[in-house]
Amino acid sequence: MTMTRGADRTKSRASAVLWGVLGIVVLAVLWEGYKAVGPVAGVELFGTSILPKTDDRSMPHLVDMLTRAIEPVNTSAGSPPVWVAVIGAALNSLGVAAVGWAVGSVVGFLIALLMQRLHVAERAVLPWLILSQTVPLIALAPVIVAWGGKIQIGAFSWDRWMSVAVIASYLAFFPVAVGALRGLQSPDAIHVELMRTYNAGWFRTLLKLRLPASVPYLLPALRLGAASAIVGTVVAEVSTGYKGGIGRMIIEFAQSGTSDPAKAYAPIAGAVVLGLVSAAIVALIGLSLKRFNRQEAAS
Amino acid sequence: MTDTALNALPAISVRSAGKIFSVARGAEVQALTGIDLTVAPGEFVSLIGPSGCGKSTLLRLIADLDSATSGEILVFGKTARQARLDQEYGIAFQSAGLLPWRSVQANIELPLELHGVGKAERAARAEELIELVGLSDFRTRYPDQLSGGMQQRVAIARSLAERPKLLLMDEPFGALDEMTRERMQQELVRICSETGAAVVFVTHSIPEAVFLSDRVVVMSPRPGRIVDIVSVNLGPGTERSDALRENAAFFAGVTAVREALHGSPVAPLGADLR
Ligand SMILES: Nc1ncnc2c1ncn2[C@@H]1O[C@H](COP(=O)(O)OP(=O)(O)O)[C@@H](O)[C@H]1O
Ligand SMILES: [Mg+2]
Repeated sequence: MTMTRGADRTKSRASAVLWGVLGIVVLAVLWEGYKAVGPVAGVELFGTSILPKTDDRSMPHLVDMLTRAIEPVNTSAGSPPVWVAVIGAALNSLGVAAVGWAVGSVVGFLIALLMQRLHVAERAVLPWLILSQTVPLIALAPVIVAWGGKIQIGAFSWDRWMSVAVIASYLAFFPVAVGALRGLQSPDAIHVELMRTYNAGWFRTLLKLRLPASVPYLLPALRLGAASAIVGTVVAEVSTGYKGGIGRMIIEFAQSGTSDPAKAYAPIAGAVVLGLVSAAIVALIGLSLKRFNRQEAAS
Repeated sequence: MTDTALNALPAISVRSAGKIFSVARGAEVQALTGIDLTVAPGEFVSLIGPSGCGKSTLLRLIADLDSATSGEILVFGKTARQARLDQEYGIAFQSAGLLPWRSVQANIELPLELHGVGKAERAARAEELIELVGLSDFRTRYPDQLSGGMQQRVAIARSLAERPKLLLMDEPFGALDEMTRERMQQELVRICSETGAAVVFVTHSIPEAVFLSDRVVVMSPRPGRIVDIVSVNLGPGTERSDALRENAAFFAGVTAVREALHGSPVAPLGADLR
């Protein structure tokens, strides 16, 4: 029984990889195909461009992007290859995003716990949570940087990366709060009543019933939170002026676009890979909680 | 019943209990009215009646999962609430309600774990109970690897974990097929005789009630009340085994319960009870 289930899972994982590879191939074919047959000046309708230009400056060949990625960043002596610089920047961003994700997840979980415990809190807090996600990041960044700049406690002083991490956590906490709340509320009435017959209080019910039951909801929420933290980090790097991360690199390389168009695509690809890596890390964490992912048996 | 049992406190004593549910905007549902019932220690009592006659509600009042709006409910001489706090009863529902992330053994150990029983003692008790319900080969399995009948056995074992002198069961075999059901009834008879616990058993099935019970409480709806209590007299020394199902005393019991159900003036619903 478990064996067939394991085999099924391996099969579905293999097909997921296959679909992923197929998607990349389709994208590449579309890119090169359009570049080959599309009009050089692009397509304009009533003065707005609806299809991009296909010249080498607007749409470099994939081969050019790849070769550019292994060449040095610039002409100065000792300049590392682009891909090495991209990995360095991506790791830098990953570190900041990880801090943001961890803080955001803890805060999100605590908010969910509060909402589960007090129904009043659920009604009072949930609308604010949703509202919080409609505030544009661009508006938020300067405020956080300004407030952060005022913080100085003994040897501790606010650093720019912390502003980035705060913004990342601001995006990450939301899916975690919503997912954790759904998970904590997921046990059936029969299970909750059973705990009542055992005279188990709120905390014991949380420990033995609600927490384990929330795992299947929590894992996707944490994955979503990780993706949000990455997006938040990339955008916040730009709007807070933090140097060294992948977001900043995307902007810098794009600015050299006219003379060196193929260079800009390496950090973009790096950001995509970063998102995948973060999802994979969370999935690894999820593996350790596998037994809680069992579904209720249908009798 | 033995003399000591007669002298002891009743397992359950319900005195003119009633339950009114307030539903939306001032509307009320009278779920139970004027319920009087005494269950002796070790006695097996079934509650039978059409849907909505308040069987589950009565069981929930005894379990202190709901509170009565009138009357008095005592369990071993204590209030229902105190009896729940003191873990005087074990309970099983129609759906087994096992925790899917816990193995058979861990599910049975749950109440013991919650009450601070040590690991070794827990394991020993679980072992006994697994033996009792005949699941020795399935100790480390998870609920999704068990059939419905096996899950229900685990649920029964779990309800027995604290050695309660009272078992409350709400249609525990209701979702099982007829053959599994008869086998489970047989097992329940054996388990009860081994543990000596009193049982309140909710069911829709007349044969099931008669097969299992010392007394069958017949209820009728709108408002939920007791219309008759049928004593099942199988004659001295009659064993509750499969042979009983073809016994004249058994048929007499079935007929008596059926007549009590049909005979109730406001409930000509007995025909499609099952
Ligand atoms: N929580 C509740 N709120 C309102 N009405 C309820 C509630 N629980 C039960 N009732 C009503 O009480 C009556 C008895 O229900 P129940 O005890 O479940 O019947 P049975 O178990 O005999 O089928 C029904 O009319 C039902 O609608
Ligand atoms: Mg019911």
